[in-house]
Amino acid sequence: MADYREMWRSLGIDLESHDNLLDILGKLYGDIYLSQNKRPEGMEYLDFVVSEVHGYRIKELLDAQKVGSKVFGTFCVFVPEELIWAADGICVGLCAGAEIGKGDAEKVLPRSICPLIKSFMGFKLAHLCPYTELCDLIIGETTCDGKKKAFEIFSEFKSTYVMETPQMKREKDYDLWRNEVYKLKEKVEEVTGKEITPERLKSAIKLINDRRRALKRLNKLRREIPVPISGRDALLINQISFYDDPKRFTEKVNLLCDELEKRIERKEGVVSDKTVRVLLAGSPMALPNWKLPGVIESSGAVIVDEESCIGERNIRAMVDESGETMEELIDALVDRYMQIDCACFTPNNERIEHIIQLAKDFKVDGVIHYTLQFCDPYLVESYKVEKALEKEGIPVLRIETDYSMEDVEQLKTRIEAFVEVLR
Amino acid sequence: MKCLGIDIGSRTIKLTIMKNGKPIYMHKSLNTYDPINEVKKHLNDVEYDVMLATGYGRSLAQREFNAETVTEIKAFAVGARHLFPECRTILDIGGQDTKAISLNDAGKVVKFEMNDRCAAGTGRFLEVMAKILGYEIDEFGNAALKGDDNIQISSMCTVFAETEVISLLARGEKRENIARALHRAIAKRSSAMLKRVGVIEPVVFAGGVAQNPCMIEFLEEMLDISLVVPEDPQIVGALGAAILAGEK
Repeated sequence: MADYREMWRSLGIDLESHDNLLDILGKLYGDIYLSQNKRPEGMEYLDFVVSEVHGYRIKELLDAQKVGSKVFGTFCVFVPEELIWAADGICVGLCAGAEIGKGDAEKVLPRSICPLIKSFMGFKLAHLCPYTELCDLIIGETTCDGKKKAFEIFSEFKSTYVMETPQMKREKDYDLWRNEVYKLKEKVEEVTGKEITPERLKSAIKLINDRRRALKRLNKLRREIPVPISGRDALLINQISFYDDPKRFTEKVNLLCDELEKRIERKEGVVSDKTVRVLLAGSPMALPNWKLPGVIESSGAVIVDEESCIGERNIRAMVDESGETMEELIDALVDRYMQIDCACFTPNNERIEHIIQLAKDFKVDGVIHYTLQFCDPYLVESYKVEKALEKEGIPVLRIETDYSMEDVEQLKTRIEAFVEVLR
Repeated sequence: MKCLGIDIGSRTIKLTIMKNGKPIYMHKSLNTYDPINEVKKHLNDVEYDVMLATGYGRSLAQREFNAETVTEIKAFAVGARHLFPECRTILDIGGQDTKAISLNDAGKVVKFEMNDRCAAGTGRFLEVMAKILGYEIDEFGNAALKGDDNIQISSMCTVFAETEVISLLARGEKRENIARALHRAIAKRSSAMLKRVGVIEPVVFAGGVAQNPCMIEFLEEMLDISLVVPEDPQIVGALGAAILAGEK
């Protein structure tokens, strides 16, 4: 790895703690990722991206800023990133998947709050995320109460713009969201100084749809028995889709899919065809939150799909590419983003229908419903999900956990027992 | 063939050897800070052909002795069905966790619930509370039976409950009444867990806490059923492990 210390210093990163963070991340990656057998060769690119997580990509972003691009950070799949790309901006989905800067975060946040919120605050206050530091604007949203209120505090430390996301899906909610999308367009134009024309928006829609298409292609291949790629690797690919260059990323994922198709032809799986197949459903699994997937896949099961914001929720719906006028294109964005089946909506029956459909399509033996601690929307909804799955005869295990490692042994017992039930 | 089952729990280590479908040896001892040497000591005293481990220390046994492993949930299911072939539901309250297990007709686990990271309302919780109130653990349940139902304890966290108990003592509350309230609180929590998996009789109550008469009384009252308690409720997991060792 090149020497990035000067670059990090210029971004105000706390170098000593940052070295620590990269050490821990490297070790974790070694344990959970590099120890796997029969990984596809195409994962080499992802290994490279992870090894350069705060290096090469940061340099690319800084170089882009030098020639006038603006970088926008987001925390939710609800932000229509097409608007950002259409203004020659760059969108980075910030991670918030590690227990970092907890002490700093707890100075401004309650102790009992969702670990993802604590993490994004912690990364900022401890000066450990070069992405957050270099962003020209952070775009927040009002999906859940914890995030909504935390952005008020976060904005004291970093320039933040908040979109209002609806909680229901009636006509007036579509109107509210359309209005918010137009307002974001204006905001992005103001920050970038570039006009978003229909032509530019159309090509940005194509760019991001292409990325979704590649990820959909990957997921479709995971329906095969034996499955050609581990759940951990597929999750990582989805996590990296949030911050890598979309064009390059799409090419690399398509190359990986070519390789996986050859594996499938040879009936070669990453695990045996007898391995228990599970769908992991629930809260977002932000980078580098690999705890639960690591435990599941070392307990005799393989994850074949993620019903998560870092997974199906982010790639299911496509934006209609046929629009020509600005109005048509914005409507296409509004329609697409309103299809997101986040638990912040009420009612949210389509999510339950989607989970049942995925369980069938991916031929799973059971569903593990995962909730981040204190994530009320998903936690409350898990009751209905469990009931609906049981009615379909699909076994389900509900897990509530955070980013700390203290409950790993208990998780192992529960997950191993669930795998015993499914065998 | 002699099949050895070992249940390496957080508080105790339990060992059973089966031969021709009958237990020929059983042993229990307290676990220590060095579980693997504790286990080695026991293994030196016995002869066996195959071994299977369960409990929190199961992966240690796998590394050290190349033992097969299953979770406590499966081990308790198999052990309970061996003792009570009709058993459909199991409540196991051990040293640091509580499990409710539901079995189908054939004895297969269909659903289970388990407390997560903290040991609230488990055997360890009772031990800590008994100590604060000046009881030995084996007299705690009987003392609680003699108490009155005049107070309620709401905390299940060991730390918070300790605070609550100490303030009750400071108010001059009788210790047997506090003991009773603590037992009621745990029974409430455990019966709620059982209800989540569904209560179908016969219900077997296993684990160290099943030795406590007050817990049995409260649970039977709350669930409105009679519990089936094995002669030695602590050995059920090791028994299940020994049976599974023979099947592997």
